[in-house]
This record gives sequence, structure tokens and C-alpha cells, in this order.
Amino acid sequence: MRKNLAITGTGAVTPAGWGVDAMMAALAAGGTIPHSLLERPLEASAVVTPVLRVPAEGSTTPKFARLRRSSPISKFAAAAAMEALGASRLAEIAAGRLRVGVVFTLTNGCVNYSKRFFGEVLADPALASPILFPETVFNAPASHLSAMIGSTSPNDSLIGDGSGFLTGIDLAAEWLERGDVDGCLVVAAEEIDWLSSEALRHYSRDFLPAEGAGAIYLDSAGGPVLLHHLPDPLPYNSHARQSAAGGIRQALDVTDDGHTLLIDSQSGIRRFDFPESAAWSDWSGPRWSPKLVLGESMGAATAFQVVAAVQALNSGRFHRAVVSSAGANQQAAGMVLERHR
Amino acid sequence: MVVSGAGIVSPMGMDFAENALGFRAGRMAFSPVTLFDVSRQRSGTAGQVHLPDSSGGLSRRAASRMDRGTRLAWLAAREALAQAGLSGGAMPLIVGTSAAAMPIGENYYRAAHVLPENRRAQLHRVETYQPQRQMTDMARLLGVEGRIRIVSNACASGANAIGQAFHLVRSGRAERVLAGGYDALCQLVFAGFDTLQALSPAGIPRPFDAARDGLALGEGAGFVLVESAASAKNRGARVIAEITGYGAATDIHHLTQPHPQGDAALLTMRAACEMAGVSPEQIDYLNSHGTGTPLNDIAEGNAIQRWAGEAVSHIKVSSTKSAIGHLLGGAGAVESVICLMALEGQWLPASLNVRQADPVCTFDLIREPRDASVRRALTNSFGFGGANATLVFAKEGLA
Repeated sequence: MRKNLAITGTGAVTPAGWGVDAMMAALAAGGTIPHSLLERPLEASAVVTPVLRVPAEGSTTPKFARLRRSSPISKFAAAAAMEALGASRLAEIAAGRLRVGVVFTLTNGCVNYSKRFFGEVLADPALASPILFPETVFNAPASHLSAMIGSTSPNDSLIGDGSGFLTGIDLAAEWLERGDVDGCLVVAAEEIDWLSSEALRHYSRDFLPAEGAGAIYLDSAGGPVLLHHLPDPLPYNSHARQSAAGGIRQALDVTDDGHTLLIDSQSGIRRFDFPESAAWSDWSGPRWSPKLVLGESMGAATAFQVVAAVQALNSGRFHRAVVSSAGANQQAAGMVLERHR
Repeated sequence: MVVSGAGIVSPMGMDFAENALGFRAGRMAFSPVTLFDVSRQRSGTAGQVHLPDSSGGLSRRAASRMDRGTRLAWLAAREALAQAGLSGGAMPLIVGTSAAAMPIGENYYRAAHVLPENRRAQLHRVETYQPQRQMTDMARLLGVEGRIRIVSNACASGANAIGQAFHLVRSGRAERVLAGGYDALCQLVFAGFDTLQALSPAGIPRPFDAARDGLALGEGAGFVLVESAASAKNRGARVIAEITGYGAATDIHHLTQPHPQGDAALLTMRAACEMAGVSPEQIDYLNSHGTGTPLNDIAEGNAIQRWAGEAVSHIKVSSTKSAIGHLLGGAGAVESVICLMALEGQWLPASLNVRQADPVCTFDLIREPRDASVRRALTNSFGFGGANATLVFAKEGLA
């Protein structure tokens, strides 16, 4: 077990709505959320892509000057981070009594502004907007978070596949164990745009691209949900995807005792799900697959699994939750959380 | 924690020896950009690497999947491993990049507007655009078996990657780590810096000059093999230098502008030196972030003054971006390797093109390369978004 590390806050912005409660209600209801159509007009036709978007209504985007010009990914991340952090911790940071780091994980980043800016560059680079470019940088959303909470503590952005959120937790745990920070926000976010949505569907027409943000607050002071086991991920440079998923299953070392919840990364597309399905084929206990409800949100997907796991433990229904994430093209990873008894 | 191998590709040269010769001689390496159209930009030059046409030992298949930035990274990482006397092995790979495989993303964007779309070609672009795919393939080619972290903290990425590697070894979680940073020139980023009017219209950056007018972009990669001293000793590996300190902090002043007094830079320099157990006067060379933009150099200069206090006039500072440009995600790693050259060769690289030093330069600004006793070197890296990082290196046995 990592020394007394606990997840003491969660936040989520998903196609189900703004806030963890909306996400949990959607997971409890089951069934995929109704999608919308993203239409990209071309000269003589249009490319239409079904997508799951975060609803505009109910926005809890914090009021912060920098966010006025930012794109949706930063707004989603800010809302999720503030929900995970809570107002009292914000006051502690402002008073200089709490050092909070930020680890941000993502796959695509700010595709809206990248697309707009590059379009302007191709049209005439001399007229391209200087306002757009800084927001295209991968760490712009993370930078906004540190500025918003007023923290000069370390802030790292990690790029990777969906499983990268667990790498982010590992890095945050390092900071906490070294005493670099008192607490750490680990946030993952993505936004919808035709660039990334169409890109995803080049892999399979059955993917339903989605967006949103998930956040946790990792604390070294303990709490009801403890980070019990976070094995090193198994990367695909040295393991085939199937053996990596199986290896993580073994490394997590959990058995179905009737009180343990498995939250996997199944998307409902067999050829992509197969390695993880095979690894957990003997699991007969309770099992959730958030992507079947929330769609494929790429870099943010595993964050939703972790948030759901924490909520499930907090509800008292389970005493242990296992997160499994067979990433698309980097690594397989997993984590075990336990409710403090 | 020691560095037992280092590799570098920059506009100055294709390996450690070529780069050392160039920086020792005070050469500059800017040339007209030929990778994309710059005819409508205010600046048309950069530190462009002239990669050989041959694939350098890559199979045709591997070469077809590898983007320009990864090719730079692969060459530097391969040299670092070779210098360390290793041919791969079990170790984590930590890499910093800012633009990653953006040129492939640009091609994807262009092709998406041409119908009928070639879906197979687009899928290939989507997959190879992703840095985790590029780094996974690179690790496989290098024979490196271990987890991969890709840090993207803009222009501090490479320094952060080496800092993270330092901590992994220091904590005992890894015996050795291959770490570095890279970025290739690409149209989106070049145009981006141009729209911000951050590029020097003359194409020649003059960091710390009173009349400096902007930076020049460059491309390249730097990698180091960070290893525990015990591991290096057991293998009989040559130690280039020790890594003794690392500091990271966030400048929350503005997304693209540093705090004018360099608050976060001061935090990272202090933290890195405290970890290294040294005072400013014990630093024999400071490789500055030194972009050549009016705001950066003032902020960093102020931070150096505050950090060094009364010792500031003895602090020897230069910006090697004056010779090769700003390598963005690769900058912190490449400049770390330049510090290793200074420690090994006992000379100091210069801030070129300075006609009249800015009044903020109360430190000893090195305007020509010179021989010197270099026992400890410090390098600063600051990025968009406020990512600040400082690393301290020392000759073996000084930690």
C-alpha cells in the first residue's frame, strides 16, 4: 500500500452532466446516453459523426478570468477540479497553509483551438490569431488550474492513452510521499471536435466519441478511500496488449469475494476489448463498464472509472474496488482502492 | 545519481562530439527553413537540423512510421545508451515534448479536407500522430523495456523529464532511467510564435542584449542515462557527471508571460540548489533559459539577481539558444547535455550576438566561449503555462 494515501475528493463533467452525481446517476441507470450529430460541411457533402457531448445547461464552470478565452477542455477540467478540491481547501491554499500540486493527463488536448489556429495558418499565417495559439499547447489547461487555485506547486501534464490517468496518480503519489506537496489534484480531460472524433472512428465506426473531465484529490493525511495498490503499468513496447492486460490482472492480485467491484475499460467493441475481457474472464463479481454509458472519452476515460470507484466505495456497497485499464496504444494499468474499515 | 550516457542532436551537430566542437568554437547554426512554407511569416530562419537522407539503420517500415521529432529523439537516445555502454534493457523511459508529432497531425488535417478521403492513410496518420505510439515504437527499436512517461510542460518538458528520472532513481524505484526531450520544427508552432511576435524578425536571437527582439526556433533532442552511482560502479560505467538537484514550480502570473521578478524561477533555483546542498557562489556555470524575448530575459535576470544576492557578479551565465535556437520541449534536455559538455571539457559556451548587454545582466555574461574550471553547472527551463524547472549537475565526487 502507498503510505496512507487517500482519495478525499472527486469531480466529474461528463455527457451525463456537470458533477459526479450526474455521472453516477447515468451509470446507475445504464444504457448509453443519447448522442448528437457533429456535422462537418465540405464543398459538396458533409461528414457526420455521432458524438456524446457535455450538455451546455447546468454548467458549473468556475468564474475565472483566464477561462473566458479558453476552450471547453479547460472549462471541463476547471469544473471537475473545483468539485474535487472543495471550497475549504481553496481557502487553505489562499492562506498559504496547503500546497497543492496538479497532474493533468490527456490524449488529445485542445483540439478545437488547434484546428482553428491551423486553419487560419493555412489560409494566411500573417493573419492567424495570436489569442488561439497559446491555448493549443498541451499544458494550457493544467496551467489554468494552478492559476485558478493560486498554487505555485509543481504542475505536470502527461500525454498518453486513456490509462495514463493511473500514471498521473503514480506521479502525484511520488510528490506526496516526498513531501513536495500536501495534496494533489489529478485531472484528465478531453473535448469533442471533428478532428479527434473522426480520428477515433477511423479505428472503428462503432466508437462513440465523448468528452468531459474527471478529477480526484489525493491526500497524504488519510481518509475513507485508500489507495491500496498501484502496480507499475505494463507497456506495449515490451508486452503484447493481451499479455499486458493479463499481467496487470495478476499484479492487482484480487479475487472476487462478493464485496469487490471491478470497473473495467470495456468499450463494447470486441476486437478492442478482447485483451481485457480475456484477462478478467473468470470474474463473476460486480462489474461496471463506464464507457458503455459515457462513450469513449479517450484521455479522460480512466478518470471516470476511478471517480466511479471512489463513489462506489463511499456508498458503502463495496469494501474494495479494482480499476482496470487496457490502454489503446501505450500500456495496460490498474489500481486497487479500499474503504478504510 | 549519475549520468553515464548522453546523446544530442541539434542544428549544431548530429552527436555529442560535433556539438561540443561547435559550442566550444562559438558557432551559430541558423539557416532558412525548408521544411514548410514560411514566405508569409515575419521570420524565415531557424535552427533546422539537416537530417541525412539515409534512414540510419532503421528498417523501411520503422522509418515510415517515425515522425521527424522521434527520429531526432531516437538518434540522441541511441547515442546516450551507447555512451553508457548499454544496448537497451529494463528501464523506464521518460520523455519531454511539446509539439510531439505535430507535422503528422498537420498532414491529417490537410488530408481530411480532400475527398474521397483515403481512410487507411488517415488511420496511419492518426495512430502515428500520437506521441505514446511514437515513443513505444522508439523504445522497442532501442531495446528499452519499461514504462513510458511523456511529459508535456511546453518548453520545460525536457528538464522535467530528466528531473522525474532523477527522482525515480533517487527513490530507489528504478536503477536507471533513459530520459530526455525532443521537438521538431513544424508549421503550426512556427506560425504560433510568429503570431505572438516572439520570433526575432532578423532571425538571429540576442539573449540578454539590451536591444534583443525575440527568439529563433530550433529543433533537436537530448537524452541522458540517469543511473544510481552503485549501478554505474557495478557495471564499470564511465560517469560523465552527477545530478545533484532538481526544482520544479509553477508561475501563475500569465499563460505566456513570466512574472517580471521571476518568482517561480527563483523558487526552482533555490529548491534545486538546496537539494544539491550548494550555494549560488558554488555554481560555476548557469545555462539560462535565455530565449531572447524582452520579457523572459528580464524575468530570468531578476531571478538570478535575487537568487545569487551579493555573489551575482561572480555567476557565469550564457544562453546557448543564441547558437541553436529554442528547441521547445527539447530545450531543457539539450541544454542539460550542453552543461555536461562544459563539465567534461572544462569550458563555458557563450551567449552569442550580444552587442550591448541589458542592464539586468549584473552577472558575468559569457559573450565568447572560454576555458574555465567547471565543477557544478545549473540549467534553467521555463515554459508556456508557467512550467519552471532547474537542474544542477556536478563533477563526480562533489555531491
